[in-house]
Amino acid sequence: MNLHEYQARALLKAAGVPVPDGDVAATPAEVEAIARRLGGRVVVKAQVHAGGRGKAGGVKLAADPAEARKHAEKILGMTIKGLTVQKVLVAPAADIASESYAGVILDRASQRPVMMVSPAGGVDIEDVAAKTPDKIMKLPVDPRYGLLPHQAMRLGFFLYRDLAQVRAAAGVLQQLYAAFVTAGASLVEINPLITTPAGQVVALDAKISVDDNELERRPEIAALRDAAAENPAEVKARDAGLSFIKLEGSVGCCVNGAGLAMATMDLVKYYGGEPANFLDIGGSSNPDKVVTALEIITSDQHVKAILFNIFGGITRCDDVANGIVTATGRTRLKVPIVIRLTGTNEQVAVEILKKAGFSALTDMDEAVKRAVELAGRAA
Amino acid sequence: MSVFIDRATRLVVQGITGRDGSFHARQMLEYRTNVVAGVTPGKGGQKFEGKVPVFDTVAEAAAETGANASVIYVPARFAADAVYEAADAGIKLVVCISEGVPVLDMTRVMPYLRERDARLIGPNCPGAISPGRCKVGIIPGSICREGKVGVVSRSGTLTYEIIHQLTRAGMGQSTCIGIGGDPIIGTNFIDCLAAFEADPDTEAIVLIGEIGGTDEQQAAEYAAAHVGKPIVGFIAGQTAPPGRRMGHAGAIISGASGTAAEKIAAFGRAGIGVMKRPADVVPLLKERRVTA
Repeated sequence: MNLHEYQARALLKAAGVPVPDGDVAATPAEVEAIARRLGGRVVVKAQVHAGGRGKAGGVKLAADPAEARKHAEKILGMTIKGLTVQKVLVAPAADIASESYAGVILDRASQRPVMMVSPAGGVDIEDVAAKTPDKIMKLPVDPRYGLLPHQAMRLGFFLYRDLAQVRAAAGVLQQLYAAFVTAGASLVEINPLITTPAGQVVALDAKISVDDNELERRPEIAALRDAAAENPAEVKARDAGLSFIKLEGSVGCCVNGAGLAMATMDLVKYYGGEPANFLDIGGSSNPDKVVTALEIITSDQHVKAILFNIFGGITRCDDVANGIVTATGRTRLKVPIVIRLTGTNEQVAVEILKKAGFSALTDMDEAVKRAVELAGRAA
Repeated sequence: MSVFIDRATRLVVQGITGRDGSFHARQMLEYRTNVVAGVTPGKGGQKFEGKVPVFDTVAEAAAETGANASVIYVPARFAADAVYEAADAGIKLVVCISEGVPVLDMTRVMPYLRERDARLIGPNCPGAISPGRCKVGIIPGSICREGKVGVVSRSGTLTYEIIHQLTRAGMGQSTCIGIGGDPIIGTNFIDCLAAFEADPDTEAIVLIGEIGGTDEQQAAEYAAAHVGKPIVGFIAGQTAPPGRRMGHAGAIISGASGTAAEKIAAFGRAGIGVMKRPADVVPLLKERRVTA
């Protein structure tokens, strides 16, 4: 789960990281009021789960409260990468002497949290890694001991020469690591971490991604989820215990298991079609899940054919068949459906479907081919 | 022969009286796996299915029954502690089926296991099966057949699909291992490649990867240098959008890294046969002169 910048800032601030004043707003009037309270020049930043906000026109500098209001009128409601901006952060415009990068990621290869710093901040860190990898210092942390003071100092010396700034950076890095652990994050970034002309080290931007598996035991973090900022179908799917991601194609896919779901999408592409979604109904055999899955798929106007691909192991094919019959009994399907079932209780499932007027296939390639054909015919 | 599990495996089931644990314990017993004990705190003294003794702790279970492997079916919030408990009881092979274990917990679990010389398979995995000999986890026994192909995969049902294709063509399996879809896992592709290479009964290897991370790339490099047996590989997620978690916590393209294309290229460089789709597994193995 990704947090908004204003939420990430609040968590960093709570951990002791120096973060400039500022507040979040949902209307131009609120923006103007915050800008007036802050005084001087402010920056108005779109709060949306997408990168490249600046390039999309979602980040603007304002000389006074009136201009801040004008910017807010434009930014609020604008669409960035398919997501509507509903909130903006208003913060004082900072005077910047230098820009660095500081982050913690859960590193798969070393199986540890890794601290990452770079004196080349304010730009995409992946670009820095690709073009000038010597400008990045990485340090794996033993999670049983945390980031040790001398390690934080070593990272600080990589960023700054001035000892006061090195010490300040080391402090920020330890606070950053603490925030990472407290939030149950998979990634925490400050980009840029700036120095001001007066020599202060300050976090100007903040990004936190939380490990979804942490949410159950961290209700205060789970409460930060902003469902309004996500695709409504994806929210509905999550509430039903389904894993769903909307894509742009015309073949709606409903599969049990994430790996098989990806392989099914790939096979749709292989046979010349485009998948409309990723959808994993999971390992359980709950017919209600199948009903919700069908509702979600059919609500997408671009879907021209529906493809079920079920490999029965723990999931029983007859349960999925019952789900399909129930769902299609409630609302008539407007698009053709192709069903592939194999494994546990396959024969029972085929009988159930036959009685309800559906046919079922047992071969994955055949089923995908047919679904792609039907979607193509409808287009 | 087979890898990791065989007829000598003496299995303790952690969470044997739970919904999932009891269902799969029954399936493993039906497959004639040597299930010697179960553990559920507070239910010590009971008998599961009238024959498997249930204990309050893994330490007791291991001391009383000589269990040498464990499988975990407890809810995610108890899973890390269940792994620690198995390791503390001296169990050397721990298979964690539970899904949803926080990754930060795994960063602490891994060094703990290394210090105790214990192997973890998973978490968030279907476990392993050595057809005809032993099943630890949830892979359906009915789709497998005894044979010479080793299968290792990050996925569940996609693995079943490919095992199914093999079995239908008469190509049996030595051992099938689901290593799990999480970002940090106990046993990786390289561990399995090394085990299959050393196993005299495995003649060829099928490697099923997916987007996210660099495990497959490292496995390909390892294979080129250390594995003589033929390998064919598949990568799921060629059509996955970047930055989105595709069901598995570990199946995510981060920036430009972890794409299917770079993994497939690594396979090609290492001489691994690249499957474009699951149905390619049998023809590619035949091309490499692997017979049933």
